[in-house]
Amino acid sequence: MRSIAIIILLAIVAVGIGVALMAIPFGVAKTQVGDHYTESGIGDTGASNIVTSVVVGYRAFDTLGEITILFVAAMGLGAVLAGGRKLGQRRDVEPASLILRTGCRFLFPLLLLFGAYIFIHGHLTPGGGFQGGAVIASAFLLVYLSCPGRRVSKVWSQTTESLGALTFVVLGLVGLTVGGHYYLSSFMPHGVVNELFSAGIIPVIYVAIGLKVGSDLTGIIDGMMEETI
Amino acid sequence: MTVYFMCIVLLTMGLYCLVAKKNIVKKILGIVIMDYAVNLYLIIIGYKTGGVAPIIEPNMPAATLERFVDPLTQALVLTSIVIGLGVLSLMVAMCIRLYEKHGTFDMSVISKLRG
Repeated sequence: MRSIAIIILLAIVAVGIGVALMAIPFGVAKTQVGDHYTESGIGDTGASNIVTSVVVGYRAFDTLGEITILFVAAMGLGAVLAGGRKLGQRRDVEPASLILRTGCRFLFPLLLLFGAYIFIHGHLTPGGGFQGGAVIASAFLLVYLSCPGRRVSKVWSQTTESLGALTFVVLGLVGLTVGGHYYLSSFMPHGVVNELFSAGIIPVIYVAIGLKVGSDLTGIIDGMMEETI
Repeated sequence: MTVYFMCIVLLTMGLYCLVAKKNIVKKILGIVIMDYAVNLYLIIIGYKTGGVAPIIEPNMPAATLERFVDPLTQALVLTSIVIGLGVLSLMVAMCIRLYEKHGTFDMSVISKLRG
């Protein structure tokens, strides 16, 4: 009985969504605002990556909400997981293999460098603050896996996170007062397109986002690994 | 359009996981699969035939500008992926807590225990 009800529900959902989607043509431009971003994005923000100019230029207020959601999720994870197991109940974890430990020592700085490269070049190449932050968090995940018991300093990660968020908010408010009439409007010179120091405040914002997302994700990994060691 | 067919298959698979399975971990996997189905749909909707990534390169012919895919949906999916990650981490944390309290991932057993 239950399985029949499930199949009927799935069929209704699939057919309903399918009928709705069939009417949408594939492979043609649909949104006018997308064309507007493509045409005037480089003039408005100076970033050669149009997706970046949408994320940190036109829709930067959304991005502020996004990093807030990530922060709240990391905080909620810490709150849910905190106080579960008493101290002293820690299980003994066998040390990681020699290959993992040596590889971690070699790869950790390279991963940090690669993450920083991705978020610094967010306005020129595919990538940006979120992707670079994820790469940086993966470097810390490697450390957690290879050296059980080794932890990221809470003070440092919280300082980095707060600095990132503060830079984002303060630069946005400065843009609101100095640069124009909307949040995070670009008040710095755009410079020459396709050079590293171009696109006004976008690289600064992306560095701030990268640091913040990196420390947020590291906090999530920290909370999860706390359960295992 | 047949291109959207795979999205619907993915979404239905995720929904099946969510409704039919009793294990919480499998339910969470179902939610994640549905999440990615929606992301895939948004990316497909922004695609143009013969489209290229919306990145302006030096000495690029002006005609390429016409072939850029829709940057708006890509930005939306970027946001959606990050939020999906936050939701996933919170779900997994609650799942760990539930397992610690009840010793099982089975939803039907947990709902019978009542407190």
